[in-house]
Amino acid sequence: MRKIAALGILMAGSILSASAFAEDIKPAVAYDLGGKFDKSFNEAAYTGAEQFKKESGIDYQDFEIQNDSQREQALRRFARNGMSPVVAIGFSYENALAKVAAEFPDTKFAIVDAVVDAPNVRSVVFKEHEGSYLVGTLAALASSSGKVGFVGGMDIPLIRKFACGYKQGALAAKEGAEVFENMTGTTGAAWNDPVKGGELAKSQFDRGADVIYHAAGGTGIGVLQAAADAGKLGIGVDSNQNGLHPGSVLTSMLKRVDVAVATAFGDAKDDKWTSGVYVLGLKEGGVDWALDDNNKALVTEEMKAAVEKAKSDIISGKVEVHDYMADQNCPF
Amino acid sequence: MTRGALPRWADYGLMPALNLAAAFLASGLVVLFIGENPVEAVKILVWGSLGWNEGIGFTLFYATNFIFTGLAVAVAFHAGLFNIGGEGQAYLGGLGVALACLALDRYVPWWVTLPFAVLGAAAAGAAWAFVPAILQAKRGSHVVITTIMFNFIAASLMVYLLVNVMAKAGSMQPETRTFEPGGRLPFLQDVIPGADFGTAPLNLSLIVALMCCMAVWALIWRTKLGYEIRTFGANPVAAVYAGISPVRITVVTMMISGGLAGMMAINEIMGSQHRLLIEFVSGYGFVGIAVALMGRAHPVGIILASILFGMLYQGGAELAFEKPAITRDMIVVIQGLVILFAGALEHMFRPGLVRLLAAFRPTAAQAA
Repeated sequence: MRKIAALGILMAGSILSASAFAEDIKPAVAYDLGGKFDKSFNEAAYTGAEQFKKESGIDYQDFEIQNDSQREQALRRFARNGMSPVVAIGFSYENALAKVAAEFPDTKFAIVDAVVDAPNVRSVVFKEHEGSYLVGTLAALASSSGKVGFVGGMDIPLIRKFACGYKQGALAAKEGAEVFENMTGTTGAAWNDPVKGGELAKSQFDRGADVIYHAAGGTGIGVLQAAADAGKLGIGVDSNQNGLHPGSVLTSMLKRVDVAVATAFGDAKDDKWTSGVYVLGLKEGGVDWALDDNNKALVTEEMKAAVEKAKSDIISGKVEVHDYMADQNCPF
Repeated sequence: MTRGALPRWADYGLMPALNLAAAFLASGLVVLFIGENPVEAVKILVWGSLGWNEGIGFTLFYATNFIFTGLAVAVAFHAGLFNIGGEGQAYLGGLGVALACLALDRYVPWWVTLPFAVLGAAAAGAAWAFVPAILQAKRGSHVVITTIMFNFIAASLMVYLLVNVMAKAGSMQPETRTFEPGGRLPFLQDVIPGADFGTAPLNLSLIVALMCCMAVWALIWRTKLGYEIRTFGANPVAAVYAGISPVRITVVTMMISGGLAGMMAINEIMGSQHRLLIEFVSGYGFVGIAVALMGRAHPVGIILASILFGMLYQGGAELAFEKPAITRDMIVVIQGLVILFAGALEHMFRPGLVRLLAAFRPTAAQAA
């Protein structure tokens, strides 16, 4: 009995010392212009940070920038206050981080969606085209008309990368499948225009599409709503959006920004921090498709088998998904 | 007539101060409402924007943007035109600056590039204002509507150019390559001995902006064209009767206005970002309207109002850092209140103030 008690004290002691050590890190997140509650990309980062806070009890600081001049300012401000690791969300931080990381070589930085080559920076990028390929496969198989749609947010290379992977996946699953592609807009407002998203989705339904994938942040909420209203199918993005309209969301392309943030914080806490480039594809679990109770009924066994086969083919390298950003071109 | 009832010092000093005080009082209530200490919030805001070198640097950096866009709105205002298109004109101005910098930065030092960049910015901004101007002058399509529409066209055009034409190959960002030193304006602290603005991107554009203020003052109050602009603004019918061509004044004024808005890009693109990037204007064009209203469309007033908005931008960022409960949206609320009290409710205190001053100085009021 005493032995057990002694063990207990020992364990408690080690836990205490662990938490005392853990107090040493002061993590911080800098969100992109979309803001932390964009229901999408930035919010995924927020979720990851919150999850870390809940699990470790370590509080973090965050900041939402208002304009581009604040990028450097925010990172520098965090670094100067002794925050580390500092995670920058979004490729737009690339230049700012390159500059600030050189000024604070002892601070750990991480950036999501871009690569910054510096000894104290961890760069996390995702192979969104691989995840999009999978949902493209599912879309084509679920479609009875052979026509599927894509609604992008702002027309930038990153979103064309989603579209291209999706198209390739759809064509691979069903030869001759037709893919309609629309971008919501050309300004940042395109990330948060659910009304227009819904209109684009409706017009694609009118042209015969019956499954629509969105990569449009807040705009996509309108796409999924339109799909649910029309009795057709939508596909979510970034976070698991299956539960938004159970039975009307075929699946979601998961992009684990939350994991990237939580891992960056956790690695720093556990003294396992490593810098360098992390390319998170299917193999690394950085992207995936979502299957849960909400969409179980929509995904048949054949579809499941097909998408799992595509997944293993991509992981093994048998199928190569074209990366739009490699040559700014989509061959499909 | 109400304006004449107030002495100048009250019109230009006391009124804005009262409006500002009311705005901060209302903001304080909002801050109190979300459970923060308003006095402390003001302290952080003022300290963050004026209390340390880098803060001052950022405040003046933002102010530089607002001076350009504020002047743009003010010039049009004198001709009775409401140019809401500063946002798009500044965006296009960025294209002019970037083209000059990309063409020259590898071959010549910055001071050779600068005049071309200024010219490019002004020309691009002016060109973007030209179409709404000619539509107003010849067809009567209201500039308020057309300039707003042109903001959207500018955004689409620039995205097209940045995504498809000007972007670096293989880059995630829709932006051009970073300019070499020949395309970068020196920071003010590198030019003025002893000045230290930390890492704030305050650069020579501030000097350009102040020169523009002087030029606008001279143009409006010391030239024939300026007289025509003011006459046209005060009474278009009388202006025509006096032999002033409404088409010419509308087009010329709008192009000057657009050119000034375009020059804002010198500060952002050549002075700070050193590359052309998407949506770099981020609202400065619209804030310029508030700046011009608050500054009474006079260059000195515009400089002061620009510094105030620079403080709100920079101090607001510090506030958001220090107080997590005060998000950036709260900062926008505070900025909005300042605009509301300084611009929209401009005449709220005026009648009371006129009566008050008349009671104290009856002879002076009669003389005025």
